[in-house]
Amino acid sequence: MITSIRTIFKNEKVIPICSTILGILFIIAILAPWITPNDPVAVNLAYKLQPPSWNFPLGTDHLGRCNLSRILYGARISLGFAILIFISSLAIGLIIGTFSGYKGGWVDHVLMRFCDAVMAFPSLILVLGLVGIFGPGLSQVILALMLVQWVYYARMFRGMALSLKEQNFIPAAKISGSSQWKIIKNHIIPNVLPPLVVMGTLEMGWAIMDISAMSFLGLGVQSPTPEWGAMIHEGKSYIRTNPELMLYPGLSIMLVIVTFNLLGEALSERYGVKRRF
Amino acid sequence: MSLLQVNEVTHSYGNRTFFKWQNRSKKVLSDISFSIEEGTCLGMLGTSGAGKSTLGKVILGLEKPKHGQILFQGHDIYTVDKYTRQKIRRDLQVVFQDSYSAVNPRMTAERIIAEPLENYEKLTLAEQKRTVIELLEKVGLGEKDLKKYPHQFSGGQLQRINIARAVSLKPKLIVLDESVSSLDMVTQTLILELLRELKEDFGLSYFFITHDIKAACMISDTLGVLEKGELIEHYNSKNEFFSSENPVVKEMRGSILAEHPRFRSIRTKSNYI
Amino acid sequence: MGTDKSKVLQVRDLHVQIKAKNGITTLVQDINFELKPGEILGLIGESGCGKTVTSMSILQLLNRKETTIEGSIMLKGQELNGLAEKEMRKIRGKDIAFIMQNPMNAFTPVFTIGHQFVETIRSHTSLNKKQATELAIESMKQVNLPDPGKLLKYYPFQLSGGMLQRVMIAIAASLHPAVIIADEPTTALDVNNQKNVLRHLDKIRSEYGSAILLISHDLGVVSEMADEVAVMQHGKIVEKAGVFQLFDSPKHEYTKKLLNARPTLYLEEPMTNLI
Repeated sequence: MITSIRTIFKNEKVIPICSTILGILFIIAILAPWITPNDPVAVNLAYKLQPPSWNFPLGTDHLGRCNLSRILYGARISLGFAILIFISSLAIGLIIGTFSGYKGGWVDHVLMRFCDAVMAFPSLILVLGLVGIFGPGLSQVILALMLVQWVYYARMFRGMALSLKEQNFIPAAKISGSSQWKIIKNHIIPNVLPPLVVMGTLEMGWAIMDISAMSFLGLGVQSPTPEWGAMIHEGKSYIRTNPELMLYPGLSIMLVIVTFNLLGEALSERYGVKRRF
Repeated sequence: MSLLQVNEVTHSYGNRTFFKWQNRSKKVLSDISFSIEEGTCLGMLGTSGAGKSTLGKVILGLEKPKHGQILFQGHDIYTVDKYTRQKIRRDLQVVFQDSYSAVNPRMTAERIIAEPLENYEKLTLAEQKRTVIELLEKVGLGEKDLKKYPHQFSGGQLQRINIARAVSLKPKLIVLDESVSSLDMVTQTLILELLRELKEDFGLSYFFITHDIKAACMISDTLGVLEKGELIEHYNSKNEFFSSENPVVKEMRGSILAEHPRFRSIRTKSNYI
Repeated sequence: MGTDKSKVLQVRDLHVQIKAKNGITTLVQDINFELKPGEILGLIGESGCGKTVTSMSILQLLNRKETTIEGSIMLKGQELNGLAEKEMRKIRGKDIAFIMQNPMNAFTPVFTIGHQFVETIRSHTSLNKKQATELAIESMKQVNLPDPGKLLKYYPFQLSGGMLQRVMIAIAASLHPAVIIADEPTTALDVNNQKNVLRHLDKIRSEYGSAILLISHDLGVVSEMADEVAVMQHGKIVEKAGVFQLFDSPKHEYTKKLLNARPTLYLEEPMTNLI
């Protein structure tokens, strides 16, 4: 049985299958307002905690809201904002990291010591702290996550820029007359980006987890906005009677993260990229 | 005025620690002076570790020496202002030893060769493409190679692309840092012949760094010998090198392998049956 | 000289194919040659012609799952092709030694030279650590390495390429193998070290009678060392002859092309007068 699981991972079809699943999820997230059967925030206590029916395909939660609608809308937040955080922290980390690695000297030292200081804290604790300062709310959580995540990317990009500097095409570009920024733009960035696009799929899993974790703690999304982590938080009081209130969002999170991770592993094996950890 | 004048260049790699007495600096070049005239090739011989590559980097303007100056066309390349420096840059080019690491693996051959042209010449896209194709044909490749990536070329072909890039601006001096040492013998000879041809056609001067005496003799007009960071000899002709009584040079000559088995000097009679 | 005993290594009809996604590719075919004790066979050709594949198949180091090897490889009368890995391990290092092209890659960076040297000796003999170390030191003296006792404690990155190559030769020679395969032993070195390395190889050959398969793309190496030369192109041996005959009257077009491609010294007087 273990060999058959291994062969699943080695199967070339992992990449197209996972990409298709993620593609479908993204389309669902975009089309959510048109395909949901009911209003996700409509409270109707008469219908509370109903089993699946024609009107409510996955039943209702403790406030009579449609579970399926909430899951579908939750996809928008989880996926959408995960991408937002990922891209913005990647962009900041890319610019600062490659510049630091290329420049070297005291510029590099100062920037990296700053990153060291931020990395000394467990990231979630730091995010909690920042949210404590900014106040609870979705945009505050996203800002906090962005501010914490970019240092990891900066460190990574800087390391890659350093090893690129050893290659002869950097001095060759200098001798061809290219300026510092032209070298960073044309030579360093194109060479550090591809491995990280692959790793990004793994990072997305973490980003979704972070948002869900914050919402679960009540710090991210505020009621009644549907978000998977928040739904688990609300559902935990009903764990004995209606476990599906936690199961639906929990399984959704799991599906997305596992798909991203499988895709990331398959891509990194295909393109020979090393993982962060 | 010589094209390149190297004056008393000394360079060392130091370990700058907080404690001054722990000066673990390693002297790499000591008091080197020589010149290269326009249209000639100086072959710089020496064993690995003698400091040849460091000297190449210093001449190219990549590493400032601790003492001494490099005068290129009369300008001290380390003290001129940025504008003049950029102007001088185009006349001083390089071909490195490792052809693969000298090119950006994500760029096509066209972009690689066009980079110097983009920086210095204001050509339209069509003109630039035409110039690149001409250069490719000059080095023995063709239009079909424009859109290929480095991994699709062999080491020898990639070195031709590096050469095309180096001559694209019709420079005055090219530093060839062990440019053929990583290639197999047949390709070495072909590339050396190409370099000779380009030297004639464009009136180039070369600073040819190598440890291979045969390769140096194929292309050089004058020879220099670097040993442990010092320039121990500078010959104005190849015959001077071969008739020199200097013991280091004699040892170098002795290390040349035979061209024909009747000249062989290593094989001894077997003690074993 | 017609008995099989006089040939220490005999390769007959060697045919190596590799299974790729788009079919079967032939790497080398119809390879026939033999090595006599104390003789050197030079194998020459451009990069990619199959020289390394040939040596790897003699050592049975090719990936069994992807490559098929047909033909006979006889070492002192024993068939090597298809031999069980356990048996092959006893032969590698002791009866056939291998000297690689890039000495820096041949050693594990995390262990000292001494550790790797002694490990090789002890895996083939019953010597204890002290005796193995003495043998190692003796072997290193043979290749003129200074202060061998101290050198054994160094890590590979602390030695230059030339010295590492000599250590590799010392390891290869220490067990007095019948055959040494030297794959481009001088290519990664500068010219000053090249002749020294070749001298050491010749010394081993003349003192212990080892036969050497000397692979190189440099005609200078072959003209200095080889008794017989085989020229390879595109996976086949296109010409095989005694070294003088090959240089004086080459028969195949490719051999002629190789001989004409040598960088010559462009001097007025012949070389012998000046060296």
